[in-house]
Amino acid sequence: MNFDDVAIIDTDVLVIGGGTAGPMAAVTVKERYPDLDVTLLEKANVKRSGAISMGMDGLNNAIVPGHATPEQYVREITIANDGIVHQPALMAYAQRSYPMIEKLDSWGVHFQKDETGDYDMKKVHHLGTYVLPMPEGHNVKKILYRRLRRHRVKVENRYQATRLLKDTAGNVSGMIGINTRTAEPIIIRAKAVVMATGAAGRIGLPHSGYLFGTYENPANSGDGHAMAYHAGADLANLECYQVNPLLKDYNGPACAYVTGPLGGFTSNAFGERFIECDYWSGQMMLEFFKELESGKGPVFLKLDHLAEETIQEIETVLHTNERPSRGRFHDGRQVNYRKRMVEMHISEIGFCSGHSASGVWVDETGATTVPGLYAAGDMASVPHNYMLGAFVYGQICGESAADFAQQRSEFELDKTLIEKELIRLRAPLERADGIPPEQMEYKVRRLVNDYLQPPKVSRRMEIGLERILSVRADLPLLKAGDAHELMRAMEVHSIVDCAEMAARASLYRTESRWGLYHYRVDFPETDEQQWFCHSRLYKDESGAMASGTRPIAPYIVSLGEDKDAYNQLRVKQAANA
Amino acid sequence: MPIANHHSAVPVTVDADKCIADKGCTVCIDVCPLDVLWIDESTGKAHMKYDECWYCMPCEADCPTDAVTVNIPYLLR
Repeated sequence: MNFDDVAIIDTDVLVIGGGTAGPMAAVTVKERYPDLDVTLLEKANVKRSGAISMGMDGLNNAIVPGHATPEQYVREITIANDGIVHQPALMAYAQRSYPMIEKLDSWGVHFQKDETGDYDMKKVHHLGTYVLPMPEGHNVKKILYRRLRRHRVKVENRYQATRLLKDTAGNVSGMIGINTRTAEPIIIRAKAVVMATGAAGRIGLPHSGYLFGTYENPANSGDGHAMAYHAGADLANLECYQVNPLLKDYNGPACAYVTGPLGGFTSNAFGERFIECDYWSGQMMLEFFKELESGKGPVFLKLDHLAEETIQEIETVLHTNERPSRGRFHDGRQVNYRKRMVEMHISEIGFCSGHSASGVWVDETGATTVPGLYAAGDMASVPHNYMLGAFVYGQICGESAADFAQQRSEFELDKTLIEKELIRLRAPLERADGIPPEQMEYKVRRLVNDYLQPPKVSRRMEIGLERILSVRADLPLLKAGDAHELMRAMEVHSIVDCAEMAARASLYRTESRWGLYHYRVDFPETDEQQWFCHSRLYKDESGAMASGTRPIAPYIVSLGEDKDAYNQLRVKQAANA
Repeated sequence: MPIANHHSAVPVTVDADKCIADKGCTVCIDVCPLDVLWIDESTGKAHMKYDECWYCMPCEADCPTDAVTVNIPYLLR
C-alpha cells in the first residue's frame, strides 16, 4: 500500500492517547473553540484506557488553599528532585491545581471531605500537606467519557500511532499508524498534536517474569517517547528512572498514600520503621533499596498493628480502586493484613514523570521543542505530576494546541516520511518467518534488568548498550502473525528505542543524583558544578541518538533552609541505641 | 527462523453459559486495554486469546451477566 492508497483524515487538533491527560486536552480544545474539530486517538478504548482504567484512590499533589501554597509545593518538589526542575512548569501546575480540583468536583468526581465540608487533606510528603483521598474514585473514567460525548470529540479507538508527521517546514502535522485489529494504516492530518501516551512502562521486566505484570498499564509501552524522539523532540533527564516500592510480585503500590495517614508504614523485617517519610522520591527509594539488601531486609508493608476497623477501611480502598485484583492476589497466598506484614520489593525501571521526572521536554505551555507538538501526563517532563498533573497539563496543552491550530496556515505533508513508515508497518506481516514480538521483547527487557537497573555501573551499562543495539539490529526480523501481533511488533520498536535512551542517558550524566534513580556506583557523588542542569537526549542531524545539557531556568521560588530535607530520610538512631 | 506454538494458561475465564457475546455483546472485548479478549469463532463466546493480561478487571466489572472472572496470572500467584 502506498501513500496515495491511504485515505487521509483531516482534523484541527489531534490528541494521541485517551487515558487521563488526553481526554482533558480534547475537552479543553472544544471548551475554548467549539468550532474546532478534535480527534482523540486511543490504542485501547477510551472507556477504560490508561493508568486509571479502574479509577484512582487519591490526589497525591493537591494544592488546596489553607493547607498549602503553590510556592510551598514548588519548593518541595524542587527539593525532592535534587534541584533539577523547570520551576515555571511546576508553578503553572501548582497554580491550576486547585481550580482543576473544583472543576473535577463540579463534573462529579468525589473527593473526601471532612465534617465541615472542606477537603480532607492528609500529610504524606516530607514537608507539606498535599494528599487528598478519593475513596469513591472508581468512576473517573466514566465522568471523562461523558464529557467527551457532550463536547462531540471524535474518538478513534483501537488505533496505534507509530510516527508523527511533519510538513515541509518541519512543523508537526498529524500522525500515521495502524488499526490494531485490521492492520489497516491510518493517516490523520492535524494542525496541532497533543501527545498523552503515558509512561514508558515496558522497558524493564517485572521480577515475576510476566511481561505484562508491569507497574504501569502495559499498553503504555513508550510509543510516545519514541515518536517524539523520531520527530526531533528533546527528551529530558531520562536517567532519572521511575522505580517504585511495590508489593512483591504484584504490581500494586504498597500505598503509603492510602495506608500512611491511617497508621501503616514501610518497615524492615523486624517491624521497624526505617524511613521518615513514605512519599515516593529517589532518596526514599535509595533507603528502601539499602534496607532491602541489608541483613534487616526484605522490606514490608506493616499494617498488622492497626485496629480492625482501620484495616477494613484500608481494604475497602485498596481492593476496589486503581488495582482491585490486589485482594485476589493476597487471597491466593493467604496473606491477611491483620496477621502479618506484606512483603515488598522494588519495581522494574520505567520513564514516568507522574512519579519521577523524566520524559519529553515541555515548558510551562506544554510545548515540546517541535512546533505544533504538545505533551502532557506521564510522558512529559513535568516532575511528580500524578493524575492531577495529567489533568492540568492536559488542559494547558489543550489551550496551547487550540491556539496553535487557530493560527496555522495551509501546509503540505512530507510524503517521503509516510512512504518509509508504510514499509516499516508492513514488514512484520509480509515476512514468512522470523522472530515473534514476544520473544524479542522478552530479550530486550531482560537485558535492561541485567544491565541498566540501578545501582548503575558504567562498564555494565556499556555492555548493556551494546547488547541492546544488537537487538535493534534484529528489528527487521520481527514477524507478526496477525494485526494484534503487528501492534506488539511496533511496540517492540518503541521499547528498543526507550531501552537505548535509558542506557545512553544514564551513561551521559557522570554523577549520582535522585537517590536510587540515578545511583552510579563509580560516580557516587552529586556534582553541582558540572551537573546542575537538565540532560537532553535527541536525534541529531545525522539521525544518531545524541546527548546534551539544558540550563536550569532561574528559580522563581528559593529553597531556603529545607533544601537538604530529602537527603535526611532515614530514621535517626539514638546515639546510645 | 521457524516459529513454534507456545502454550500458556491464561488468567481470564469466561463462563460460556452466562456469556452473551453470541447475541452481540462485546463489552469485555471493548474495555480490555490490551485487546486480548476475542470472540471464539467456534462457540461465539468471548475468550482470552492472548496471554497479555494486566489483571486490571474492567472486563469482569463491566460484564452485564457476570460471566468474566479475572484470576492472577500463574507466574505471579
